[in-house]
Amino acid sequence: MGGEVRKTVNQLGWLFVLPVVALVAFNAVIPLMTVVNYSFQESFGDNVFFWSGVRWFQEILNSSRFHEALLRQILFTAIVLAIEIPLGLAIALAMPRRGPWVSVCLVLMALPLLIPWNVVGAMWNIMALPEIGLLGKAINALGIPFNYTRQPVAAWFTVVLMDVWHWTSLVVLLCFAGLVSIPDAYYQAARIDAARPWAVFRYIQLPKLRYVLTIAILLRFMDSFMIYTEVVVLTGGGPGNSTTFLSIDLVKTALGQFDLGPAAAMSIIYFLIILLLSWLFYTLMTRNEAR
Amino acid sequence: MRARYLVPTIYIIFLLLPIYWLLNMSFKTTNEILGGFTLWPHSFTFDNYKVILTNPSWYNGYIASIEYVVINTILSVAVALPAAYAFSRYRFLGDKHLFFWLLTNRMAPPAVFALPFYQLYSAVGLFDTPWAVALAHTLFNIPLAVWILEGFMSGVPKELDETAYVDGYSFWHFFIRIFMPTIAAGIGVACFFCFMFSWVELLLAKTLTSVAAKPIAALMTKTASTSGYELGLLAAAGSLTLIPGAVVIYFVRNYIAKGFALGRV
Repeated sequence: MGGEVRKTVNQLGWLFVLPVVALVAFNAVIPLMTVVNYSFQESFGDNVFFWSGVRWFQEILNSSRFHEALLRQILFTAIVLAIEIPLGLAIALAMPRRGPWVSVCLVLMALPLLIPWNVVGAMWNIMALPEIGLLGKAINALGIPFNYTRQPVAAWFTVVLMDVWHWTSLVVLLCFAGLVSIPDAYYQAARIDAARPWAVFRYIQLPKLRYVLTIAILLRFMDSFMIYTEVVVLTGGGPGNSTTFLSIDLVKTALGQFDLGPAAAMSIIYFLIILLLSWLFYTLMTRNEAR
Repeated sequence: MRARYLVPTIYIIFLLLPIYWLLNMSFKTTNEILGGFTLWPHSFTFDNYKVILTNPSWYNGYIASIEYVVINTILSVAVALPAAYAFSRYRFLGDKHLFFWLLTNRMAPPAVFALPFYQLYSAVGLFDTPWAVALAHTLFNIPLAVWILEGFMSGVPKELDETAYVDGYSFWHFFIRIFMPTIAAGIGVACFFCFMFSWVELLLAKTLTSVAAKPIAALMTKTASTSGYELGLLAAAGSLTLIPGAVVIYFVRNYIAKGFALGRV
């Protein structure tokens, strides 16, 4: 909560937030309690449950299946962050700042953000098909064998490319909004001082972009860490388990095998990881705001 | 045209290629698709679209999607408005913790909630209705709407509120007649984002519906698996889901970044 507005102490504020608290509590607290409840129990069909203590947690934390999914997840998030953040920033810097083309750019760039996630998956599925897809055909025509349903590397390449296609625009839009908010006077001062483009970027643009970049990183981190639908439609987590990220593994366990206990324990660990990392970002963000 | 505009131009072409390919497929006949690689439809056909627009099991998917998206947007923004006002104007017991707790729901992976939601909404008898999906999507849309609206409201000086009270307006009169029009852009952006995230989310929408309220995008998965490999139909259904997004994006093009920055750019 940042803000220029000075606030008054008023406990009536609770009345205003009551509807929100009620709705979100219904949606968040009840399911979370369910998950916590399952995570400590063993289930035998027909709603028979036994207390099993922290067994599931120990099992998950020691299972190589979870370790592998977590590792894949971290690798995927790191790759897409490393590509999307610099690329988005570069595109925003190269974009025209004013004029009729700005709106055209913004609308076209925002388009991928509004496509249902499984349509995104289906789109790239069609795009990357080795025989009739534009991308698959083009790569094969270059003499590189490419089949994302068989080769893990090709599957990873397609998944990463899809995510770059899907979400780089978010970074572009945020950076662009940050750049537009820099007053012209700053650039004029830089011109008088005969500052080089790099100096302009380093001392004028980058400081102003810090806040939007933090948000971009935070959003991209959270959303790439939860990626599910697009990948399931595109590769189904395969070939083998090579693109089975955390969410996919979790849904397989919970809705596929109905292993409620392990799935619940995994949910809690998964959620805690995101919460912890996001909390780190959040504190960094608010510290910047306080300065 | 300066050389540096090449970067955004290439990027936009890259963005449009898969969309072109999807449209290309949707106008082809199944024979042409399976027959081989063609850069544009040689035997141009609207048949795929005709099937979708005349078969109720297809177009009902659209109606179901629109239904829960609209319910969700109205509900989320309506409850978020007073809450965002309280966060932007008042200090009260636990306000910061509450705000952070709301934010944590934006971080919750939908996969974690899929199974408990299925059980919860079955238990309250809402399973397979648009209301189940609409309510489930408030999980991440309400925090988002509160954040965006709070950002916009913080930009309105408090003197506006105080002047209105001095002039003898009641709170609700002030809030509805003066304050809401002042932050109309913010309300628009919040609506847009609720619409957008409800429209694109599929995991929960799919888990909480079976037949009656199945969203269009989930129907596409069904086609791919049951009735053979009908790529043309799949592509046409996918192409039609692009339209609502393209339409609403035009109205908020200048505010979209501000919305993603939660009202704070």
